[in-house]
Amino acid sequence: MNKILLIIKREYLSRVKKKSFIIMTILGPILMAGIGIVPIYLSLQKTEKQKIEVIDESYLFSYKDKDGNRKGLIPEKDIVHYDYPEISIQDARANFYATGYDAILYIPKVVLNGGQNGINIFYKKQLSSSVLAYIEENISKMIFNAMLATNHVDVNFIKDAKDKSTFTLKTIQVDEEGKDKDTNIAVSIGIGLVSAFLIYFFIFMYGVQVMRGVMEEKTSRIVEVILSSVKPFQLMMGKIVGVAMVGLTQFLLWVIFTTTLYSVASVTILKNIDIKQIQQKEQVIKIGADLNYSEMKQNQQPNEMADFWNNFKKVNLVEILLCFLFYFLAGYLMYSALFAAVGAAVDSEADTQQFMMPITIPLILSFVLAQTIIQNPSSSMAFWFSIIPFTSPIIMMVRLPFGVPAWEIALSMSLLILGFIFTTWLAARIYRTGILMYGKKITWKELGKWLFYRA
Amino acid sequence: MVENILSAKNIVKRYASHTALDNVTLEIPTQSIFGLLGPNGAGKTSLIRIINQITGPDSGELFFEGEKLTQKHVEQIGYLPEERGLYKKMEVGEQALYLAQLKGMKKAEAKKKLKEWFAKFEIDAWWNKKVEELSKGMQQKVQFIVTVLHEPKLLILDEPFSGFDPINANIIKNEILHLKKQGSTILFSTHNMGSVEELCDNIALINKSKSILDGSVKDIRKQYKSNTFELEFTGNMMGFTNAMWSGAELIEHTTEGELNKVKVKLLGKTTSNELLQAIIPVAQIHLFKELIPSMNDIFISKVNEGNEIGTQSNFTE
Repeated sequence: MNKILLIIKREYLSRVKKKSFIIMTILGPILMAGIGIVPIYLSLQKTEKQKIEVIDESYLFSYKDKDGNRKGLIPEKDIVHYDYPEISIQDARANFYATGYDAILYIPKVVLNGGQNGINIFYKKQLSSSVLAYIEENISKMIFNAMLATNHVDVNFIKDAKDKSTFTLKTIQVDEEGKDKDTNIAVSIGIGLVSAFLIYFFIFMYGVQVMRGVMEEKTSRIVEVILSSVKPFQLMMGKIVGVAMVGLTQFLLWVIFTTTLYSVASVTILKNIDIKQIQQKEQVIKIGADLNYSEMKQNQQPNEMADFWNNFKKVNLVEILLCFLFYFLAGYLMYSALFAAVGAAVDSEADTQQFMMPITIPLILSFVLAQTIIQNPSSSMAFWFSIIPFTSPIIMMVRLPFGVPAWEIALSMSLLILGFIFTTWLAARIYRTGILMYGKKITWKELGKWLFYRA
Repeated sequence: MVENILSAKNIVKRYASHTALDNVTLEIPTQSIFGLLGPNGAGKTSLIRIINQITGPDSGELFFEGEKLTQKHVEQIGYLPEERGLYKKMEVGEQALYLAQLKGMKKAEAKKKLKEWFAKFEIDAWWNKKVEELSKGMQQKVQFIVTVLHEPKLLILDEPFSGFDPINANIIKNEILHLKKQGSTILFSTHNMGSVEELCDNIALINKSKSILDGSVKDIRKQYKSNTFELEFTGNMMGFTNAMWSGAELIEHTTEGELNKVKVKLLGKTTSNELLQAIIPVAQIHLFKELIPSMNDIFISKVNEGNEIGTQSNFTE
């Protein structure tokens, strides 16, 4: 027992001290935090103000004041500025490059009743999609209002009707005791997919590390010396447990670093632009010329954020976290034993392909299935795949946030433990023979024979 | 002190397609150097792995100092395999400490002893180097130290001199003899018959999974001598052959100027003295020497005999 501790210690320290581990540990959280922060940061970047020349032949978007100057009606904001010169589209286009304008917005006479397709924008350099969307939305709303006005429909009535008819379907799960469980599907999907991905990623990454470690011992021929001191099973388990601890360490460091980075970032980079400001920004974009549907949303959005956090809290986080740790460890242990067996059976990395296949297929399959099962987490397909040990670590994590009966979790866990014992038994038999076998082309038949050799 | 440090009785090891060891029995006397000989693929490595408990026999028993061999004995055995390596990315000192601890040594004790050995081999400077920075010969030295560090009662060395230059091979040889003097027993597997004659007290010859010859090196060579003598003389060759007539048979004859060089085999109960008496009147003798077969000759002759090729062995010294 003392010796297996020595092996675990070596496996753990030799990996944790590696440069690649340190780099991954630092880079991982930066990447993860980046995924969260960069889009927000980018969306807050000011786009250069575009100067646009509007040739309005319809007089719906501009009017002449008493001095005969044309005044525009299209709402402006910091990303666009409109001018309404009194010239024809031909002249505007002919002198386009002589002027300082970035684009010409041309609105032909007939824009109502389907004529809006004649509205064109001419540009020098590609306009950003947010500018285009902004122009489109405003003009569309103005046409909408104009149509209502020409048909004598009350704008306020439409607004009222919209307000009163829009709603979000509330989902309430009823448990066996008849109590209501308030859930939020988006939160459940998020938690399910993220934890499933993490388990998939860790099993793969650390399983392959176990395989490489076994191969290193075999090809460097140190294994025979070590086996004169310890049993093959001790060496194999020492490596598997050592690498598992590396995985847990990395995961823990990632969680700590990501949280720190995120909070530091939100204090510094996003200091002046809190969530409310972001929301307002989105609302401003959506505000139409006259009819302001977004007012309704404006009041609702902060509530949505709060709702999200409330729902996040409603999901049984402790249960999910404990299950995550269990499936993470047990799934890894089951697969890594097989990875160890492959490493022991072959002489070089190139030979691993044919034996890797059957190990990676259930892993990849369950990851692919996860995306279907998330749509329908209580289907019979979801049930079976979350019970079968080879797919259960990933599929069960997908289902858990939606609520899974305790007996199913218990069954899935017991089967996974049995699966782990089985693969370890199998792997140990292949390992102890393979690790001392050199220069032999290994076939499946050969592996089968190894299972029945006496130690 | 138990007479035999290790006894293997009727060891059988089978693999799916062949038998690696077929009823092999051997006794290794305490504080001796025991040579385990045999052609490639004879089963030596299988036997060594069984003694190291890396694999187990299908049948048969092993005893270490009279006790049944169990896992607790691994700490009293040191093993230097033929194909040997170290963790390439690990530092030399750290690695040696790890391997010593796996053999049951305490860390502090292992460190102290390692420092002594490193000083003795003048390799102190390597302590913090990574193994991949060392040459093959340097790595072999580290491996040798790791094998003997825990002062095993039984030291198993499989081709210990391969990879060493003659100077370092000599250092290792002297260390082996020194260890024996201190009480260790050495099981020594090699193809180098010269070193067998020089070092080994006893041998066992394994061929085709079977032990075909064992005993002390002296006895075996005596047993395999064939009453053949080498003679150099000046004088009449015809007179010489007439003189030895029915007492001996001429095997080989060459001349070098006046000098006749012959090899003769004594027949029947003729003694060397009788032969000398017969030829002294007719020849001036310059050299008279009994030809004792080398281990190399015995090895080749026994293995070939086993392989039923049956070629005449050529005794030379």
